[in-house]
Amino acid sequence: MESSLAISRGAKRAPIAWRHVRDQVGLYGAAILLALWTLAPIYLIALSAFSTKAGVSAWPKSLLPTNFSTDTMQFFINSKGVLQSVGNSVVVALLTIAASLLLGAPGGYALARFRFKGKQTIQLSFLISKMFPTAILSVPLAVTFLQLGLYDTVWGVALIHTAMALPFVILLTAGIFVGVPRDLEEAAQTLGCTRMQAFVRVVLPLALPALAAAAIFTFVISWNEVFAATIITLQHRTLPAQVLSSLNDSPLYYRFAGGFFMIVPALIFIFLIRKYLLNMWGSVVR
Amino acid sequence: MRSKVESALPYGLLAPTLLVVVLLIVVPIFQAFLLAFQGSDGGFTLAQFQKMVHDTAFLDALKFTFLLLIFIVPLQIILALAMALLIHKRFRGHSIFLYIYAIPLAISDLAAGIAWLSIFTERGYLNSILHSLGIIDKPFLFLSYQNLPAVFGTIVIAESWRATAIVMVILLAGLEVIPRDYFEAADVFGATALKRTLFVVLPLLRPSLQNALIIRTIFAFQTFSVVLALAGRVIPVLTGEAYYWYAANRNPNVAAAYAVLVMVFTIFITIMYFRLLKTTDAEAGYD
Repeated sequence: MESSLAISRGAKRAPIAWRHVRDQVGLYGAAILLALWTLAPIYLIALSAFSTKAGVSAWPKSLLPTNFSTDTMQFFINSKGVLQSVGNSVVVALLTIAASLLLGAPGGYALARFRFKGKQTIQLSFLISKMFPTAILSVPLAVTFLQLGLYDTVWGVALIHTAMALPFVILLTAGIFVGVPRDLEEAAQTLGCTRMQAFVRVVLPLALPALAAAAIFTFVISWNEVFAATIITLQHRTLPAQVLSSLNDSPLYYRFAGGFFMIVPALIFIFLIRKYLLNMWGSVVR
Repeated sequence: MRSKVESALPYGLLAPTLLVVVLLIVVPIFQAFLLAFQGSDGGFTLAQFQKMVHDTAFLDALKFTFLLLIFIVPLQIILALAMALLIHKRFRGHSIFLYIYAIPLAISDLAAGIAWLSIFTERGYLNSILHSLGIIDKPFLFLSYQNLPAVFGTIVIAESWRATAIVMVILLAGLEVIPRDYFEAADVFGATALKRTLFVVLPLLRPSLQNALIIRTIFAFQTFSVVLALAGRVIPVLTGEAYYWYAANRNPNVAAAYAVLVMVFTIFITIMYFRLLKTTDAEAGYD
């Protein structure tokens, strides 16, 4: 088969075996080059974060971990406000996950299972609000939050993050529930379950892994959000807000340690939800 | 017949989300306009906008926001297309490469800016490499206001690096819905890889490419912390100015004027987006 193809394609082309090797080398070469481009900054920020303070201002620098040390990371973690801001970031992210899944998942279920008047309009409004620069609305919201006592609280930040995450969560969960066969749910109902029981006992267990991935997606949105968190807080900073507001008056090693600290969860979470990458970002972000 | 309760159920399930969207997105939009257009006497005023426009950083912010967009978006699409096409070949080990290419998805623009700062700073890794290659004697100041094109370039690189991952997954998701027969047909007819990409893959991928293009354009208006991390205010951008007016100048009104400007650009592009989407809905198989 292969040899006959080679003959039929004539003498102009290289023999199949040689061409195969060449293609493979090109393929892996390109793939590795792009991987290096992606990994280099992560490796170098890790290298910076795990060197001595003096090592950060050394010149010229080695590309190998020649002065490995946890000094810089320790300095960052023990700096005033950092641990507190990490705590705030985690609390805000957890509140955002809880709020956006509790509010959004029922809506997603409604979009997945029901036909009703105005469905298209509602779906469209979520599509639009997904693209809307919600973070920038923290400017007018800051004024309102001051009056409501929500300014400079984790609750205020979590509220804005929930508004940012909800349109994604509702469309994601709609996709997840569409993927759970309707027959199973109906079978449970014919066997005597109420709609609620059928949902809790049949649909939820099947949807759980994807819902967990949606929760992680929400965590990433909240953990990474900089603008609103910086505008809405003063004392109760989240980690990105803390790092951003001290960019101008912090030493380089502080910033490098902070940058690396923010990246670590990214590495873990992308790994955890690697199966869902295309569903999450590929079709929902667009 | 379905009962009344049953037919009201979907609205009940959607109500909480709609309430949040109204309270935290729709209402604040009006408030942003109020803050930007309302004077201290409660009447209509353009004073905030005049203050915004006459600020020395305004025109630069407008210029750099659009320049960044023009440089970053095409670069992202090209890099992302290369990654997506490679992964789509499903070679042995492709899932490891997919994971690697996807890592920046979960990295904030602030963290990305700081990561590249470690490369471009005066005593950073790029200068170290250039030094060891004997190209320079003493560090080149990539991030000095005296080398504006260089500063600009570092931002383009950092932001392209980060957001390429997002474009990559959009394009890869688009490639996945193209039936494999199409690619095989092209092979059977002896198309070269380049011809196949240009004449078979790209036209079929058009809906995803358009989506990626418009999404990235919209989000380009929100670029700010990557710029702040690398350049401070040497390169002003619109969202960054909103931040400065609010946080440093304590002027929520001018900050709101910037917010309104960013919103107007976004809404304009979103409308374009839905016009395009309407025509490509069927091809994309999107619902």
